Amino acid sequence: MVKAIEAYGIPVVHIATVVPISQTVGANRIVPAIAIPHPLGNPALTHEEEKELRRKIVEKALEALETPVDEQTVFEWK
Amino acid sequence: MSKLRVVHYINQFFANIGGEEKADYKPELRNEIVGPGLAFSQAFGDEAEIVATVICGDSYFNENVEEAKATVLDMIKSQSPDLVICGPAFNAGRYGVACGTVAAAVKKELGLPVVTGMYKENPGADMFKKDVYIVSTKNSAAGMRDAVKKMAPLAIKLAKGEAIGASAEEGYLPNGLRKNFFEKKRGSERAVEMLVKKLSGKEFETEYEMPSFDRVAPGPAIKDMSKAKIALVTSGGIVPKGNPDHIESSSASKYGQYDIEGVTDLTADTYETAHGGYDPVYANEDADRVLPVDVITDLVKEGRIGSLHKYYYATVGNGTAVASAKKYATEIGKKLIDDHVDAVILTST
Amino acid sequence: MKLELGIIPINDIQFGPESKVENGTIYVNADELKALILEDEALKSVELDIARPGESVRIMPVKDVIEPRVKVEGPGAMFPGVISKVATVGSGRTNVLRGSAVVTTGKIVGFQEGIIDMSGEGAKYTPFSQTNNLVVICEPVDGLAKHAHEQAVRLAGLKAADYVGKLAKDIVAEEVETYETVSVKEGIEKYPNLPRVAYVLMLQSQGLMHDTYVYGVDMKQSLPTILNPTEIMDGAILSGNCVSACDKNTTYHHLNNPVIKDLFAQHGKTLNFVGVIITNENVYLADKMRSSDWTSKLCKWLGLDGAIVSQEGFGNPDTDLIMNCKKIEEQGVKTVIITDEYAGRDGASQSLADADAAANAVVTGGNANEVIHLGPMDRVIGYPEVADIIAGGFDGSLQKDGSIVAELQVITGATNEMGFNKLSAR
Repeated sequence: MVKAIEAYGIPVVHIATVVPISQTVGANRIVPAIAIPHPLGNPALTHEEEKELRRKIVEKALEALETPVDEQTVFEWK
Repeated sequence: MSKLRVVHYINQFFANIGGEEKADYKPELRNEIVGPGLAFSQAFGDEAEIVATVICGDSYFNENVEEAKATVLDMIKSQSPDLVICGPAFNAGRYGVACGTVAAAVKKELGLPVVTGMYKENPGADMFKKDVYIVSTKNSAAGMRDAVKKMAPLAIKLAKGEAIGASAEEGYLPNGLRKNFFEKKRGSERAVEMLVKKLSGKEFETEYEMPSFDRVAPGPAIKDMSKAKIALVTSGGIVPKGNPDHIESSSASKYGQYDIEGVTDLTADTYETAHGGYDPVYANEDADRVLPVDVITDLVKEGRIGSLHKYYYATVGNGTAVASAKKYATEIGKKLIDDHVDAVILTST
Repeated sequence: MKLELGIIPINDIQFGPESKVENGTIYVNADELKALILEDEALKSVELDIARPGESVRIMPVKDVIEPRVKVEGPGAMFPGVISKVATVGSGRTNVLRGSAVVTTGKIVGFQEGIIDMSGEGAKYTPFSQTNNLVVICEPVDGLAKHAHEQAVRLAGLKAADYVGKLAKDIVAEEVETYETVSVKEGIEKYPNLPRVAYVLMLQSQGLMHDTYVYGVDMKQSLPTILNPTEIMDGAILSGNCVSACDKNTTYHHLNNPVIKDLFAQHGKTLNFVGVIITNENVYLADKMRSSDWTSKLCKWLGLDGAIVSQEGFGNPDTDLIMNCKKIEEQGVKTVIITDEYAGRDGASQSLADADAAANAVVTGGNANEVIHLGPMDRVIGYPEVADIIAGGFDGSLQKDGSIVAELQVITGATNEMGFNKLSAR
């Protein structure tokens, strides 16, 4: 999916748990997510903590979109 | 029932006209069985008969492709056949390319059933195996008998419109279309046999070749995020409660476009997941865990992001074929471009 | 560790006043069994039904399939850590009611699934069209949470299988199969020239309806470890998953793991079957990396020459499969992997979500996206209306006449990745 959208020249950041699949399918900007059933959340945290965590991931995704890349790049936030 | 009418395409060598020195032989139509046609004719029995043979020199064909192809096609068409056989070409490169070219044109332009045959390393094989049925043959004419034995029944089946089995059953080169069939042995036994062969350094044949993946150039970086319009896309199946478009839990046949203008938080009462590949409890409790609408709208409010696109797009990645996902993404990408979206955040589960 | 399986062929199941096994028929006192299952307060009601090979019967949605067995000699009892107390099973003798199965059904969450057709087109694809099935239909008490509901139905099936199995405790088996695994040291002494081969068994461990239990332990909370193959024959591994039923291992599959059987068949001839390494398929990337590190480490440590790796499920577990394969190959251990494919309805798409050149020996259980037509049946046990929402179904899957048009993935065990079936694809 990432590739077909990015083919239009729009930058796409892929927030995905399974980074190797994201790399295999050809995403260029990758931000690792938390877990498959809750990529941008963690039910073990309080609602506020969880939102804070989600914000951190989204901010990393924005940073990825602001960063010029010429090859597949993983933007770690942990 | 009358016999099926067959036209056979062969080169100058198999027509006994000559070798390399006669490779510039121009297309010729003969209303008779020539060379390997005899073996086919015997294999067809009462089902089909060769009514004509078209002969063309390999060099002539390859040096004058368009012209030769048109002439050969006209000759074939003039015989109103039910079925066309090309070759087999074994490992003869130019002959293979000619057979593949003729066969592909017969199928595409005349809409007729056609079968050719060649060695798997013949350059014509890679060029045309996705277009037409190419029976896998040995690398020399010594494999004629074996080739005819596989080509003739496959051709008859095609002409009769019968279902064609998997490549391993019918003997054609894998054409990229995966097809189910029943093996003689169960999978575990095949696995043990394959391992024993691999351990002893013997040749073994994998049942699935690993693909190579293509790449797309990265989109340019966003220069001023505070002016950018961001769109959200997810393969995690987040849909309005009740799944109004009935997106399937697996192998999705569609994607959804949903208006989130004014929405600042996805709650258990309003959104859920249609995805069947993971434990849905967490996403159903709070869909922001998959599609971070709450955080994004905060960031828009704070001026970090210019705006959030009013629609988000969702499909279910679970068991959905890559080709389908690509098709949806191409449509979604088009809409995003039309709506002047600057960047996309795509979330996957 | 040595285990004898006493095979008792079963040709029929019937309800009767007294539960017993006699002349190849299982008789079940329905009230007695229902009362046993209903001891679980999570269940509101239980119904029992019987489906026999060749009948015009469809069972859906299927949750698990279990072969009734009973320990006759040796430590422990069936399904240790869940139905019986924790004890190392896999030695002595176990009686097997071959040709019979307990099948559980009932509504669970949104996408529960699995169809078993006892006749017609669908019957060709599921091994459970060939077994005499005692079907247990469970309804939960109102308001029961999904995880608790799943557990209640899982336990109901195991209890029923245990109940039926115990009826065969004193029956003399018609045929005895013997399986033995010796220690690493003895194996090397006994077969100095044979390649050492283990089986890497990947288990689904992704959450609700995607879990597997080993001696009662939720496999997602475990690190990869080693089992004797015979422990698995005594119910050490139990299925808690059924979503996209075509490539999920039911408990029946675990009990009758075909890779274990076929490796035993070559044991001492072309290879030395060392044992089974079990691993999980978790939802965190760190877990995937850790578990595949661990399996490859165990392969190296066992001094293996080769390994067969079987996957369970598809999608993100494709990455676990590829990681396992790649890392095991990097240890100098040759692999064959068993998987299935999601190549689209037309078969034109890429079959796996992940790939690596190291995976050069692949056995496939077929393309789960291929569309099949299941004709109408005289009788449906369960809920036919779920056809539209189960994985592999789509809007309009359920036709007016009761037939179903859906992808092969709806059929229980159709593209099993232990290589249980003959179905394949090219």
